[in-house]
Amino acid sequence: MTATTFPRAEADPRRLLRAFASQEALLAIAVVGLAIVVGLDNPRFLATRNISDVLLGNAYVAVAAVGMSMVIVSGNIDISVGALIGVLATISGTLAVDGAPIFITWMAPLVVGVIIMALQGAVVAYLRIPAIVVTLGMLSILKGGLISVTGGKWITDLPENFHLADIELFGIVPMPVFLMIVATILAAFWMRYSAAGRAIYAVGGNAEAARLCGISQRRTIVMVFALHGFFAGIAALLFATELRVIQSTVPPNLELTIITASVVGGVSILGGVGTVVGSTLAAVLIAEIASALVFIDVSPYWIRAVQGVLILATVIADILRRRRMAGV
Amino acid sequence: MTAAGPRLSESPAGAVVASLLSVRDIEKSFPGVRALSGVSFDVAAGEVHALLGENGAGKSTLIKIVSGVFPPDRGEVIVDGKPVNLNRPDDARRAGVATIYQELLLFPELTVAENIFMGHAPRAGFGRLDWRAMREKTKSLLASLDIHDLSAERIVGALSVGNRQRVEILRALSQDARILIMDEPTAALTEYDVTRLFDIVRRLKSRGVAVIYISHRLDEIFAIADRVTVLRDGAHVATKRVADTDSAQLVQLMVGRKIESLFPKITVPIGEPVLEVKDLERRPLTKKISLSVRAGEIVGLAGLVGSGRSELAQTIFGVTPAEGGEIRLAGKRVEVRSPAQARALGVAYVPEDRGTQGLVRPMTVRENFTLAALAKVAFGGFIDRPSERKLAAEGVARFSVKTSSLEQIAGKLSGGNQQKIVLGKWLANQPKLLILDEPTRGIDVGAKAEIHRLMGELAAQGLAILMISSELPEVLGMSDRVLVMREGRIVAEFSRAEATQEAAGAAMMGSALETAGEAA
Repeated sequence: MTATTFPRAEADPRRLLRAFASQEALLAIAVVGLAIVVGLDNPRFLATRNISDVLLGNAYVAVAAVGMSMVIVSGNIDISVGALIGVLATISGTLAVDGAPIFITWMAPLVVGVIIMALQGAVVAYLRIPAIVVTLGMLSILKGGLISVTGGKWITDLPENFHLADIELFGIVPMPVFLMIVATILAAFWMRYSAAGRAIYAVGGNAEAARLCGISQRRTIVMVFALHGFFAGIAALLFATELRVIQSTVPPNLELTIITASVVGGVSILGGVGTVVGSTLAAVLIAEIASALVFIDVSPYWIRAVQGVLILATVIADILRRRRMAGV
Repeated sequence: MTAAGPRLSESPAGAVVASLLSVRDIEKSFPGVRALSGVSFDVAAGEVHALLGENGAGKSTLIKIVSGVFPPDRGEVIVDGKPVNLNRPDDARRAGVATIYQELLLFPELTVAENIFMGHAPRAGFGRLDWRAMREKTKSLLASLDIHDLSAERIVGALSVGNRQRVEILRALSQDARILIMDEPTAALTEYDVTRLFDIVRRLKSRGVAVIYISHRLDEIFAIADRVTVLRDGAHVATKRVADTDSAQLVQLMVGRKIESLFPKITVPIGEPVLEVKDLERRPLTKKISLSVRAGEIVGLAGLVGSGRSELAQTIFGVTPAEGGEIRLAGKRVEVRSPAQARALGVAYVPEDRGTQGLVRPMTVRENFTLAALAKVAFGGFIDRPSERKLAAEGVARFSVKTSSLEQIAGKLSGGNQQKIVLGKWLANQPKLLILDEPTRGIDVGAKAEIHRLMGELAAQGLAILMISSELPEVLGMSDRVLVMREGRIVAEFSRAEATQEAAGAAMMGSALETAGEAA
């Protein structure tokens, strides 16, 4: 076999078929399919207003899942992100109420997010403590700290120009949807084409092999966490500026919803595999299911159970796939 | 032990009577490898029967079959004249077989007594453990082997290796084992502990326990064993009474193979030294190592597992940086503190364990091929796909990797093809020095021949190659020079002409024959 006979990727029909059977394609089909099925039962589900509500209300989950996906691909996990989003949103809102320039109120969550996450990444990488332990500790610190400092009070009287999420680009594209799409595309491109992105897959896929290839596992992990902090900052900004108030309690188990989006999106919990396109589609799908439950008259409390089924099914499929691969 | 006592008194001590355990025509294959082909072997009550063979000769597979870890493909295991099915370790235990592996399987947090009776503790009423009986039985077990420096209540984690091994032996005896398998029991022991182990083995022998003893150390075999069976390449070579043989003959039996036909060695002009190492130190397994490898030269590093060969390679490559001595590359003194530095200096290292150290299994063939050479195809931090594809395609062609496409997931390829990728990805970087650690372990004959051919070609292009291999014929067939390591030191050096299996084998084992090869 000579190398030159390899078909170019796009021309290979098998590859096309494989792309069709990928997690991303399956999720896209599920998103559209579910909309059609529920829409047939209750056409109001497809009303522009509902679609926009679903997307606007959940874009921040998808953005946070982009960073989470990177962390999981690198072979780590972060369970502090839900609490971090709450803290960052509160910081941003408090600055706004205190009359800080809007630009500062928008930048603060990004900067603080990067710092806190990079710190956690450094502890994971340099002290070699499992990420689940480090981030569990941070989860408690952030949650406890937030409740103690705010006393559980909501932030109200936010200045009108603070509401980033209200901006509609070109008069039609809401900012949250725009940021979700841009974050996903940029991150996907970066993961796929940059040397640093390749390092994340290598470290997550086989840390020892990556190290012998001269890839610094430590630097890669700190970088991944820092980026995750950046995306958590954007997510917090969307969360803070969406409603007229900022609740000091973020939706309970937010971190679990974010991790679910990553895993259902095809990111292997064992590291080394997955894309951010998948996690964004999965975040949209989960939000869509939650909304659909209301429209088909099922208690929305079932959404947790549905998430559970989705996550178990995906993880089992992933493990079985890996085992087949390892079995030769 | 107690239950075994009466049964064994029937057989006259010392005499080799009907075998207690015998295996007949055992065959076992793993994907791509035939581990055992038609091996027969037996051991009698009161006999110590040694199993001898190179790494990969099939000893481990054989004892795993007898211990019920996995069943054979063909052949039978006979205990007390009756064929038994050993599908699970528990079946073997019931048949009276107990195995003491190199890595002791104890619970470090529990006491000696708890470890001995784990899984078969004496019970009081209502499923409660009978602690008193457990202690009493432990005491009598200890007394029966004349062990006085160990008590039932000690926590196992705090014991010395020798004492932990004794606990394992007691554990085997507490289950009334009549056949005891010991896999390299002296590998981690001090001299004093070895003496005590031999005492215990002799005691067991006199009680009629059959012992299967696996060791690389020939002097031990002569000290303790009655008979010895030699395996080579998964086949039975010979069974000898220890009294009727000597170390020269055993080494010959272990390694004897036709070499030249398998390894076509190309003679190439040898150039300037590429790697020079002087007094390199990294305790515990790299001690005052000095060696050199020249351009176009293949230097083989022979030695037993644990002799420090891989550790030396990893020190040169910066995985475990040196603590003393110097490394020169192309005449220039260098400090290698990390693999990234070694790579930048033109050193490539193909690690021993393809699965855990070499290949990123979930990645594609393309991504694996370019992982060590991303700098060559990335511009401003971004990878140029056409350049990357070209580099990977060249590697696939050069190493004849059989893959359906560059986008194939590497973990799905056969072992030989995976190994070619691991080898190939390093050459994308155009190194000056290539360190190969067991380059052909676990791959089929065809892929092996191809890797040997490639090594010859690479040497012809002026690459300096340091090759570690546990297969002596491979070392002798491929190398221009052979270095032998033992216990962290280079103990012998042979030119291609001088290097014979017997001389190198003796140096590896450190047997009485070594003086002949200890010119270095």
